[in-house]
Formats: sequence, C-alpha cells, structure tokens
Amino acid sequence: MTAVDERTTATPAATAPRRTSRGPGALLSVLAWIVGLGFFFPVLWMVMTAFKTEAQAVTIPPTVFFVPTFDNFAEVFGGGVGPYLLNSLFATVASTVLVLLLGTPAAFALSLRPVKKTQDVLFFFISTKMLPVVAAIVPIYVVVNYLGALDNIWTLIVLYTAMNLPIAVWMMRSFFLEVPKELLEAASMDGASLWRSLREVVLPIISPGMAATALICSIFAWNEFFFAVNLTASRAATVPVYLVGFITSEGLYFASLCAAATVAALPVVIAGWIAQNKLVQGLSFGAVK
Amino acid sequence: MADVVFDQASRIYTPGAKPAVDRLDLTIEDGEFVVLVGPSGSGKSTALRMLAGLEEIDGGSIRIDGENMVGVASRDRDIAMVFQNYALYPNKTVAENMAFPLKMAGIDKSDRAVKVKEAAEILGLTDYLDRKPRALSGGQRQRVAMGRAIVREPRVFLMDEPLSNLDAKMRVQTRTEIAALQRRLGVTTVYVTHDQVEAMTMGDRVALLADGKLQQFASPADLYDRPQNAFVAGFIGSPAMNLFRARVTERGVTLAGREVALPQDVRSTIGSKQLTEVTLGIRPEQWTVAPDGGEGIPARVDVVEELGSDAYLYGTLAESSGDLSATASLTGSHDDSVVVRTAGRTGARRGDRVALTPSTEGLHLFHPETGDRL
Repeated sequence: MTAVDERTTATPAATAPRRTSRGPGALLSVLAWIVGLGFFFPVLWMVMTAFKTEAQAVTIPPTVFFVPTFDNFAEVFGGGVGPYLLNSLFATVASTVLVLLLGTPAAFALSLRPVKKTQDVLFFFISTKMLPVVAAIVPIYVVVNYLGALDNIWTLIVLYTAMNLPIAVWMMRSFFLEVPKELLEAASMDGASLWRSLREVVLPIISPGMAATALICSIFAWNEFFFAVNLTASRAATVPVYLVGFITSEGLYFASLCAAATVAALPVVIAGWIAQNKLVQGLSFGAVK
Repeated sequence: MADVVFDQASRIYTPGAKPAVDRLDLTIEDGEFVVLVGPSGSGKSTALRMLAGLEEIDGGSIRIDGENMVGVASRDRDIAMVFQNYALYPNKTVAENMAFPLKMAGIDKSDRAVKVKEAAEILGLTDYLDRKPRALSGGQRQRVAMGRAIVREPRVFLMDEPLSNLDAKMRVQTRTEIAALQRRLGVTTVYVTHDQVEAMTMGDRVALLADGKLQQFASPADLYDRPQNAFVAGFIGSPAMNLFRARVTERGVTLAGREVALPQDVRSTIGSKQLTEVTLGIRPEQWTVAPDGGEGIPARVDVVEELGSDAYLYGTLAESSGDLSATASLTGSHDDSVVVRTAGRTGARRGDRVALTPSTEGLHLFHPETGDRL
C-alpha cells in the first residue's frame, strides 16, 4: 500500500522539474534566435546590397525583391582591389606566423615553467592593450616617419605582431595550462629533450588551441584599419583602406562598398569555416578534455 | 639493474623552512623492491622525484650504481617512471606510447616494434596497440604506463602511487601483477604509496617516512613485529595498534586500573630511563576476550564490525580512572578506546561487557615523549 502511495506521489514530482524547465528553455531559445538574427542581419543586408544596383541600394523603403547584378563585383575587381588584397594577405599571414613563433615559447615558459615574476609579466602584456591606439599613433607615426618606413608593409607586420602578441600569449598560455605537467615529466623521463617533448608531446595536444589563436590573430590583422589608414598611402594600403575609398566627397557608392566589403569578409569567413572543428575544440579546450 | 643510495639527501623548498625531505639515508640493493610509505606530506613522493631528477637535490647526494646523480638530467639517468595519473601521451596510440622511450633512445623502427610487441604480450595489451589512451579503461591505461616503463629495460623503475586511480578490486589484482612482474624482470624498483597494505604486500623492504624523516627501513614483517617508534606502530597494521599511556609500577604497568606484568629486561630498561609513564602498544589481535567477570580488563563493546572470517570489536576500557589517558595524537586512538580482533561470528554485540587480556608477547613499549621503542 505504501509502495503504491509512493509511486503515485512520485510521478508528478518526477515530471514537474521537466515541465518547469521547458518554460525558461523555450524563452532562452527565442532570445538566442533574436540575438543571433540581430547579429546576422547586417551581414545579410550587406551581401544583399552587394547584388543591387546603386539606385536600388538607397531606396526607401528598401528594395527586398530585385534581380541580382554582378556589376558591383566587376567594378571592385576591375577597380584594382588586387594589390590591396595581396597587402592584407601578406600582412595577416606574416604577422600571424611571427606572433605564433614568438608567442608559443613565451606562453610555454609562462605556463609550464612559472617564476616569481610570471604574474607581473602577464599583467604587463595585457596592460599594453589598455592604452587606446589613438593615444599612441602620433609617436608611432613620428618614429615610423623617422625610420623612413611609412607606406611600407613591414611596418604594418611589425605593428600587427605587437598588437596581437599579448592576446596570443594569454590565449596560448591557457591552452598550455591544460597540459598536465606530468606529460612533460614523463617525456623527460623517457629521454626526450625539452625541444622534442615540446614537438612530440605538447604541440600535438595544443594544436587546436594554436589554430584558434592563429585564426583570431588573423581576423584582427585582416580587419585592422587605424594603423593602415594612418601609416600607408598607396603601396602598402590594405583592404580596409580600400573600402573607405568608396566613401567619397561626391557621395557614397553604397552597393559597390557592400560588394567590396563582402569580398573583404570572405577570406575570414572561409578560414573560419575550414578551421571550424579545431576552433570549437580550441575555444572549449578544458571543457572537453 | 642497479643499486640506489640516498646519502643524506635533502630537499628544501624554502630556505629556513622545514625540509620536505630531511637527510634521507637509504641503501637499496640491486633488484630490490622498496616501498616508500607514509602519510601525505611525509616527503615520500618528493624523495622519489629527487631520484627521478624531477626535484632538485638540495643537500647530500643520490647515487645510482655509485654514480652521483646531482645535476644529472632525468633523461640521462636511465630510469623509468610510472605516474599516478599514468601521463600517457593522449595523441599517440598505445604502441606509440610504449615505443616513445625507444624512439628517444634512437632505436630503429623495426627493433622498436619487436620490443613493444614483447612488452604488450607480457602485459596483455596486444589487442589494444592501435588504440588511443582515451579508448582504454583505467586498468588498461595503467598497464600501458607499465609497458612504457619496462620496454626500454631501465636501470631503475619508479612508481608513484600507480594504483590509486583504480577501483578496489582492480587494485588488488594489479598489485600482485606488479609485484610478480618486478620479480620476473629483476629491476630495482622504488614504489611510493600511502597505503600500508600495498607497502606490506609488495615490498621486499619498506621505508616509512613522516615529516620528511625516515622512521624505519625494514622488511614488512620487521616493521609489523618490531616497530621502531610509536608512529611506525600506529601507521603499520589495520586496524591500527592500540596505544595507551600507562603508569609504571613495580612489576609492570597499569592499564585501566589493572596491572599488566612486563618481562624483566623491559622493566630494567624502563628503570634505567627512570620513566614513570610509558606508551603501551597492543595490536588488535593480541587480546584474549573473556566474558564479563572473567580474568582481565573490563571493557564495553561500542561497535562490532563483522567481516566474516573475523570481527573487530571497538570498545571502551572500563574503570579508566586518572591513571589512564591515551596517546591520541598520531594514531587516532583516543581516551580509553580499544580495538580488538576476534574470530568471526562470536556473537559479541554492541553494549556487551567483556574482559580483555593482552598477550605478554604482544606488548610494545615506547618512550612517552620521544616515542622511541624501549
């Protein structure tokens, strides 16, 4: 008899939490969709506008149904986006490679071989990100000018490396911290030198993290505008500088700008798409160990 | 194969503070299986890591085959270690994990495969060679870690609590496997554990450490039968030895108001040290239980743990007046509580009154302050 009582009282108790959790769950889903669409809408609008004529692009109310045209893309590629793309590509790849080459050993040392001043060093790194770039641009300009390095792609590479290093060191450090100390000890007991244990044991483990770091540094370098617009003119100008060229004193070429912006965004989207799996692994490193 | 000597070896993390390992002296014979045991913070793992080259040697020296290891890197010591969490390389297969030390030693691929296969056969891992560690059970991972250690035939094996991540049944099984494997290979082995059962069952000799200091280094039987001090007495054996503070009388000592006679030689030792009190140790199996009113010290049974083959009675000595207080600090026994091992199913129940008599051979006497054996 008591067993029956228990069963009947237990049933609603067991289902109750599920029912109540569905309410906030659904609400959160709706919210997530709203936020997601809110982020995606400008991108969608940009891509749509890229396929409109200049006249369609500025109508009010906006034109939603239209016959797509590739004229804007033809204009972008015909108008010489090539050198800008190459500059951006070179600055991005070179600075990211440099960041990884310099940042990986630094992050390794700061995580697996900490010393007394490790915290101070880490704080110094992050403190360099606290000053707005605007505040430093005048001295940077003066120095670059003095060195005769204005409108030089290597100037951007050095600056982008410096800009991304602190972030890379912090990110990579968090990945290195996830590597159990015993693995390095085991490798050393097994006869591996520090270099070999890094290469054979540690790097394969943190490769998703390195991919994530590389992608984030690439995105920052690819999108960087402020240094590029102030320190380059024609030879070393990057894609973001080219985009601004569509905002002229005679008016805004909105459809062309959108086409150029779509072209500029594509490499990052493609890189992100390719690195998707590694990226998710990398960014959720500790959680899935 | 090698002998290992700790010669006044010390590890001092912060200058001026208490050393983690304090002037440790150990001589480990070639082929011997030595267990370092002790409570947490006793320095046993640190001592092992000093031998491994993972911790500095701040004082004294450690010698392998007469060769001083101070300043020698881990990778040049030719010793293999099994870690508590196994430390398998997660991105390598079982075969690659086991072959890694051979690869580092520059042994070519075909020879590596042969040796890995041999080790895998010994450890029953042949079917798992292509798996990654994450696809293995705890016991299998443990065996891979063992395989990685034995495959290169090192001078010394080091094992740092290799069984503590296994479930109880697996632990007992692996315990005997490791001991058998060590005897078969004959490689000098230093094994760290906090579990005194592992220490007693696996080691040729056991080194018991506490607070960074060596308490006793002897065979398991010696450690049990002739503990050098009250700490060793309380640590080795389960349940722990009963330790009481007892007043010295003319013919022996008094325990719960009853006189317990002591042999002449012990009495003269106590006399020469002019002690009025001693710490009296009696193992749980060294009591004879008689019904209430019989000969012996009256006691009340508080808890009965029936294990089938035998039973543990946890009780309180009665008539414990001012002459009896307990040494509680190191053993966890306190006041006038007592543990007695009896045969199973004797019918003793909670609340029963019994009379306890310690056997004369089972008496251990320690100095009340220093804890040293008298």
